[in-house]
Amino acid sequence: MPQMNMVQAINDALRLELKRDPRVVLLGEDVGKVGGVFRVTQDLYKEFGADRVIDTPLSEGGIIGAAIGMALYGMRPVPEIQFSDFIFPAFDQIVSELAKFRYRSGGEYPAKMVIRTPVGGGIRGGHYHSQSPEAYFIHTPGLKVVCPSNPYDAKGLLLAAIRDDDPVLFFEPKRVYRAARSDVPEGDYTVPLSQAKVVRPGKDVTVIAWGAMLYEALEAANQAAAQGIDTEVLDLRTLWPVDIDSIVASVKKTGRVVIVHEAPKTCGFGAELVALINEKAFLHLEAPPVRVTGYDTPFPYTLEMDYLPLAGRILPAILETARF
Amino acid sequence: MQFVLDDVVTVLSPEGVADPATDPKLPGATVVSLFKQMLFTRQLDERLVLLQRQGRIGFHIGSLGEEACILGPTAALGDNDWLWPCYREFGALLLRGMPLQRYMDNMYGNANDPVKGRQMPDHYSGRPYKFGSVSSPIGTQITQAVGFSWAAKMKGDPSVSLVFFGEGATSSNEFHNGMNFAGVYKTPTVFLCRNNGWAISVPAEQQTGTKTFAQKAFAYGVKPVRADGNDLLAMIRVTRDAVERARRGEGPTMIEAITHRLSGHSTSDDPKAYRNQAEMDAERAKDPVPRLRAYLVAQKLWDDSAEKAWAEQCDGEIRKAVETAEKTGAPALGTMFEDVYATPPWNLVEQRAEAERAPRAAGHGGH
Repeated sequence: MPQMNMVQAINDALRLELKRDPRVVLLGEDVGKVGGVFRVTQDLYKEFGADRVIDTPLSEGGIIGAAIGMALYGMRPVPEIQFSDFIFPAFDQIVSELAKFRYRSGGEYPAKMVIRTPVGGGIRGGHYHSQSPEAYFIHTPGLKVVCPSNPYDAKGLLLAAIRDDDPVLFFEPKRVYRAARSDVPEGDYTVPLSQAKVVRPGKDVTVIAWGAMLYEALEAANQAAAQGIDTEVLDLRTLWPVDIDSIVASVKKTGRVVIVHEAPKTCGFGAELVALINEKAFLHLEAPPVRVTGYDTPFPYTLEMDYLPLAGRILPAILETARF
Repeated sequence: MQFVLDDVVTVLSPEGVADPATDPKLPGATVVSLFKQMLFTRQLDERLVLLQRQGRIGFHIGSLGEEACILGPTAALGDNDWLWPCYREFGALLLRGMPLQRYMDNMYGNANDPVKGRQMPDHYSGRPYKFGSVSSPIGTQITQAVGFSWAAKMKGDPSVSLVFFGEGATSSNEFHNGMNFAGVYKTPTVFLCRNNGWAISVPAEQQTGTKTFAQKAFAYGVKPVRADGNDLLAMIRVTRDAVERARRGEGPTMIEAITHRLSGHSTSDDPKAYRNQAEMDAERAKDPVPRLRAYLVAQKLWDDSAEKAWAEQCDGEIRKAVETAEKTGAPALGTMFEDVYATPPWNLVEQRAEAERAPRAAGHGGH
């Protein structure tokens, strides 16, 4: 089985789906000839031509608005927003239009598409190349939100997302793009949406993470093990609709939970997870749920590694929760 | 090349005499049928305003004075062409074939409303009639229409998309995005800008620093045309030309239809606060209905008795539709949770059950 990094795995998924489904088109800034600023769409322009892999004008609203029109026609557009920090010019089209089309038209106009966009910090990008805006979209009924942590999941989740009947925001953790390699099967396979994965079983504390922070959670779990704490790490993979059963099962087992995300703490997805855990597993809790997140500041440049919830900050949270 | 466009395509003189140089030369029966649709649209409009004043529906956004530049472009489309509305085009929806009853059900948000009572009145959807879905944010449909027609072009489908918007929407992001994409990819799109002079209370001259709205099209590589929006025949002429041009693969056209809003923005608006009576009287004198009537009467295609009979027929149909819509109940509670996703996720399953256990609220809105 070939080893791939996440860029290669996503590229492989896009190539496979462009071949398999004539309704699929890619569009976005620099996705064509140059293959994307992260080279995720490398060589696809050469292979499939300018009508299927489309370099667009520099306009996120235009990209998403036009992609919605294509989706209404019955195509399966996969638009790319070059950095998720730049998604906001398209916010109206995503939140007011894409998310509501099926509902507001009484089911006449489903708009099926996957918006791919790199997310997260740790790449010295400052606040306009590092943010994690997932909560805005999780908050919007009608959208699904996915964030893979590894190449295998990235390919399988992207194929599942493109074939899904609802619009999906597909956040690609750019810090992991080339950092993580894993076995990725050639050919077709999917990783179903809304299924979390226990990547490290444990009995004392549950750590919930996704994307690039999964590796920090695993690192902290390994360090905690040296201090006798057996940590379970849950990779959400799909943020919304979240796999509530896996969360509840893990919390019922450990009674203690730490939630990790890069986005600011206030009204971040962690807040919703804490609320859900309180609603569904309160009597199983042995300690208050804890969030280790980005701070409530704009994403900083020089101090980004202090801003991010890295293993060094997760470990004390695990230990305190375990010893509460 | 001039970049302002002083020319305004007109067919009918104020007295209703057709200019043979621009006349689309439609069969008399076609013009009569469209005139009847204009009268019907207006009669329905007036009735809906009354229903709103009586508190029987919650809202209406009408087309008084704009019937020619809504129905004319719609009539110029082929059966396989698509129409993307803003929110003032119920006349177009009915002309495209939606039964009056379904539209009235939408005005009441009842159980037979095609959009299942999920949107306020006049926010309909008409996919079976190749008609888009209305949303309130301004201009969003412009880029979508461009994407839709672009997809048709990619697939070798000869259909053209026509998108309606007002002159206020030319200030929106999406006007720029849509026009720019259409110009770059030469999409088969017709941009139909109805310049009715007002975006709620803001006059056209405060909407732009340019002399005309159409001239903006030059900057995008889109062909601009200006036409008399109160002249049904002129609107058919310029739209037909633009649709044929798009179908020949020659790219998008923007039509600026110059018209007047002879009422408030919607039933929620009071234009007395920002308009003077003399100006409104002057606009009323340019009403598209008497102009086309004069033309048809001179051609001996129409007369008072025909108009009286038609008004009675329309009245009967409207009354019946209102009566049926009022007798129809609200959508079932559970429908609130459908169509959010293709399949409801666990949270919606839970919340639906919660809603079904909760005490029901008292009646709301227009129903």
